[in-house]
Amino acid sequence: MQDYLLMIVAAVFINNIVLIRFMGNCPLVGVTSSMESAFGMGAAVVFVTTLAGTACWIVQRLVLEPLGIEYLQTLVFILIIASLVQFVEIVLQKTAPPLYRTLGIYLPLITTNCMVFGSSILNIKQDHTFMQTLVFSLASAVGFSLVLVFMAGLRERMEAAGKVPAALCGVPITLITAGMMGLSFAGLLGMAK
Amino acid sequence: MEPVLIAMLAVGAIGLIAGALLSIAAKVFYVPVDPRVGQIGDLLPGANCGGCGFAGCLDLAGAIVNGQVPPNACRCASEEANRRIAALIGAALEEREREIACIFCKGDAAHARRRFRYLGIADCRAAELVAGGDKACRYGCLGLGTCVAACIFDALRMGEDGLPVVNPDRCTACGACVRICPRHIPRLVPVSQKAIAFCTSHDPGKAVKEVCEVGCIACGLCKKVCPEKAIEIVSLLAVVDPAKCTGCGKCFEKCPTGIIRPATGEAPLRREAAA
Repeated sequence: MQDYLLMIVAAVFINNIVLIRFMGNCPLVGVTSSMESAFGMGAAVVFVTTLAGTACWIVQRLVLEPLGIEYLQTLVFILIIASLVQFVEIVLQKTAPPLYRTLGIYLPLITTNCMVFGSSILNIKQDHTFMQTLVFSLASAVGFSLVLVFMAGLRERMEAAGKVPAALCGVPITLITAGMMGLSFAGLLGMAK
Repeated sequence: MEPVLIAMLAVGAIGLIAGALLSIAAKVFYVPVDPRVGQIGDLLPGANCGGCGFAGCLDLAGAIVNGQVPPNACRCASEEANRRIAALIGAALEEREREIACIFCKGDAAHARRRFRYLGIADCRAAELVAGGDKACRYGCLGLGTCVAACIFDALRMGEDGLPVVNPDRCTACGACVRICPRHIPRLVPVSQKAIAFCTSHDPGKAVKEVCEVGCIACGLCKKVCPEKAIEIVSLLAVVDPAKCTGCGKCFEKCPTGIIRPATGEAPLRREAAA
């Protein structure tokens, strides 16, 4: 139990997938202009990453390793994630239209998101068991969403204040903010593996 | 077996399974979508301004197909586009006059008093929260340009007098400025409206005079002089009925504060002569 708790804290805060591992920086800039879209993207990512992480783990353990073709990991994982996202999109559209309208526009964005792929690879690299995979994927995605929401909040305030110099408006100030957030998260480094 | 063969077969099989699953899912979870939604979506401007009250152009297209709203519900679409949309769903097109946004305040820095110097966030909504804004008149334009920033059609700009100016050619009456203004000063009026009382103050005349030289003091002279009975005093504010007004201009001459003006907003002749 303690191990899982530590894993969650580590994945959410200490080894944050966006700010420390530098994955999923595209949505960090792209969908954080408003709180609403940050929440939508965050929810979609949590959903997809958990699914994709476990699916990739199963394929790795049941297909790639017995056949001795681990070197095809990248290709196969991308294939699985892409088709999984498509599948989820189709199913959601039919079974849960309200959820589809909230998450729908973000799902295609996630297909090629390196954060989903990255956490799947990390699961294998760190030799996680199935339960650990589930927890780690979920916690990574929660860490990602957390940073997205933080960033959206900061950006909304900065925009409202209107004190950003014209030359830095938009993406430049977002990247500077991301750097500062990264620095503050780096203060936690080393508290867990 | 050859390692290459194993790899090919394995990846091929995974791909095939994924493909099969997807095509089955596409069949099982098929959602019929009316093709007209896409066609109407193509005819709409695609600016996603939200002026129609829907989340975006495609959302509106869906509502038009369902018959929830008339085919010309989009305020920005051209008449040609509206006609084609109506033809697509086979509904009759009701003519509707084009509207534009109008700034219902003339209290610029020279004519309206301010109670204090506001140095906070340059946003009218923020200024409104600070003791009700720096303007002495609690109805008047705060002049920080929140409506200008909200306009995605570039139809608003800040004038030199610190009041927003509408470019009637660019305005599509999407209503973004109307919704964002904390004091509801931009309002939509028909393009043909000739006279407008450019004030939103419901204060009695004496109170208005204390804070602003160009406010409606509800004296009722315009109402008396109007031959068409197009002007009413509604809770201490003159309101022109666009359906009755013929633009004769009698009220322009009579208004003691010169706040009833031609819809273009320029000051009436009488005041220019006096100055």
